[in-house]
Amino acid sequence: MDWFTAYMLPVIYAVTMIVVVMSIAGYSVLAERKVSGWIQHRTGPNRTALPIIGAIPVLGPFLTRLGLFQPLADGLKFLFKEDITPGHVRRGYFIAAPIIAIVPALTTMVVLPFGQYTDAEGVVHPLVLANIDIGILFILAVSSLGVYGIVLAGWSANSKYPFLGGIRSSAQMVSYELAMGLSILPVFMWAAVPEPGNLNGLSLFGVVQVQQGFWLAMWQPVSALIFLVAVFAETNRLPFDMAESETDLVGGFHTEYGSFKFGLFFVAEYAHIVIGSAVFVVLFLGGWNFLPFIPAPWPDGMVGAVMSVLWFLLKIFFFIFFFIWVRWTLPRFRYDQVMTLGWKVLLPLAVANLIFNTLLIALRDTL
Amino acid sequence: MAKTKVLERKPLSLAERTYLPQIVTGLKTTLVNMLRPSVTLQYPEERPVIPENYRGVPTLVKDPNGREKCVSCQLCEFVCPPKAIRITPGEIADDADTAHVEKAPKEFDINMLRCIYCGLCEEVCPEEAIFLQDVFSVSGYSREEMINNKQKLYELGGTLPDRHRKWDKKKAAELQGAAHH
Repeated sequence: MDWFTAYMLPVIYAVTMIVVVMSIAGYSVLAERKVSGWIQHRTGPNRTALPIIGAIPVLGPFLTRLGLFQPLADGLKFLFKEDITPGHVRRGYFIAAPIIAIVPALTTMVVLPFGQYTDAEGVVHPLVLANIDIGILFILAVSSLGVYGIVLAGWSANSKYPFLGGIRSSAQMVSYELAMGLSILPVFMWAAVPEPGNLNGLSLFGVVQVQQGFWLAMWQPVSALIFLVAVFAETNRLPFDMAESETDLVGGFHTEYGSFKFGLFFVAEYAHIVIGSAVFVVLFLGGWNFLPFIPAPWPDGMVGAVMSVLWFLLKIFFFIFFFIWVRWTLPRFRYDQVMTLGWKVLLPLAVANLIFNTLLIALRDTL
Repeated sequence: MAKTKVLERKPLSLAERTYLPQIVTGLKTTLVNMLRPSVTLQYPEERPVIPENYRGVPTLVKDPNGREKCVSCQLCEFVCPPKAIRITPGEIADDADTAHVEKAPKEFDINMLRCIYCGLCEEVCPEEAIFLQDVFSVSGYSREEMINNKQKLYELGGTLPDRHRKWDKKKAAELQGAAHH
C-alpha cells in the first residue's frame, strides 16, 4: 500500500479539489445570473430541467426554479457548439491563449488551505494539497501569469478590439499587482510573531492560525481595503472590467473566441474569483476560524475537519456574492480613472500603510 | 432674458472624495432592491390581463343560440385595408331553423400574414359577428397554416352575449304578424 499513499492519494486529493473548485466556479456563474436577476427584480434562469430529477414531485420543480441544472446546460453548450477559428488569427497562439489563461487559475489552488484537522495528540494540521512555507508568494507569482493568457488572446486574435482589451487588461493587472503585493506585506509581518518555534513566514496556514482572536481585517482595515480593490482589478471584475468593457470593445480580449475556447476563458475568470475570494478570506476574514474571539466549536477529528471546511466555504460563498453584488452596484471606471486609482491612490496608500504598520509592529514587538 | 443664478458647487468632503460612503450607500440600494419581489410574468403559464378593448386576432362569434352571426354581407372584406379577408357567400338551407336569415358564409378566410389588426372589420360589421378578441400570439410552420379558415375562426371566437337578438325578433315578428315591420 506504500505506492498508494505515495502516488494515488495525492492524485485523488488533487482531482477532488479541482472538481470542487470547478463546480464552485460553474455554480458561481449561475449565482451571477440569479443574483443579477434578483437585483433587477427578475427571476434569472428557472427553466432548465433534468429528465428524472426534475420530475420528482416537489423537489424537482423547486430545483428547476432555482436554476440548479442551468450550469450543466451551459457547459454542454460550450462543449458542443461549432468551434470557429477566424481565418485572420495567429493560430498557435490563438489556441494556446485560453489554456494559458486557465492553468494559473487552477494552479493557485494547490497551496490554498481550506480547513484544519486536529489529530489525536491535539496537533492542528492544515487541510491543503501542498503546505509550502511561501504559500502567498506562490499564489502571487502564479496568478500574475494569468495576464499572459489575456495578452496572448488579445494579440493573436489579430483584430483591433481584442488588441485594445489585451493592452488595457495587462496594464491594469500590472499596476494593481504592485498595490496588492504591498498591501499584504503588513499582514505577514503581523502574522510572523517572533516567538520561539514560530516558523510562519509566508505560510497561509500560519496567517489563519494567528487570526483565532482578532481577524486581520480588524487590525489592518487599510490593507484589507487595498487588497480587496486589487482583487477586483486582478480578476477583471466590474468596476474594473477594462479587458471586456462591452460598450466600447465589443467583448475585449475574447471577441474572436467562441464555444469551448471562450468557455475556458469564462471558467478561468470565475476560478480567479473563487481563488481570490478564498485568499481574501484566508488573509483577512479568519479563514475557517469561527468568529472573532469565539474559539472554533469544531471537535477534534474528521467531523471538526469537515465543519471547518464548510465554514470556510460559507465565507467564500458570501464573498462570491459580494463580487456579484458590487458588479450590479458600481458603474465601470473610465480607463484613466483606473490608472489614477491604481498608481496615484492605492500605491501611495499601500506604501504609507506598510510604513505605518512596520512602526506599529516594531513597537508591539519591543513592548 | 431670465436671470441665471450661478450656484457655487460645494467642495467635496474628505469622506466623499474617498468614494467609499457612496459605494456603501449604493450597495444598500441594490440589496434593498434584491429583496423586492420580481416583476416577471412566467409567460406561458401565467398570462397577462388583457383589457376589454384589446385588438387581438379577429374572430367570428356565434350568438347565444349557437347560430353563426355572419350573414356574409362582405362589408368586412371590402373595408379590410390589407385585403386579408376572403368570404365565399353561401345560402342557408330552406329547411333549417334559421332559414329566415337566408345567408351565411360558405367559406371565411382571414390571412393572418396580411391582417394588420386595425379593427375596421369589427367596426363595420352590421351583425356584430366579427370581433378582435384577446388572442395575441399567432404562430405556424407554413403560410397555409397562417390562414384562419371558418372553423378555426369560430373556435377562436366562441359565443358572445348578444344584446339585440335581431334575428329572434324578426322571426317572432314574422310568426306574429309583422308587429315591427
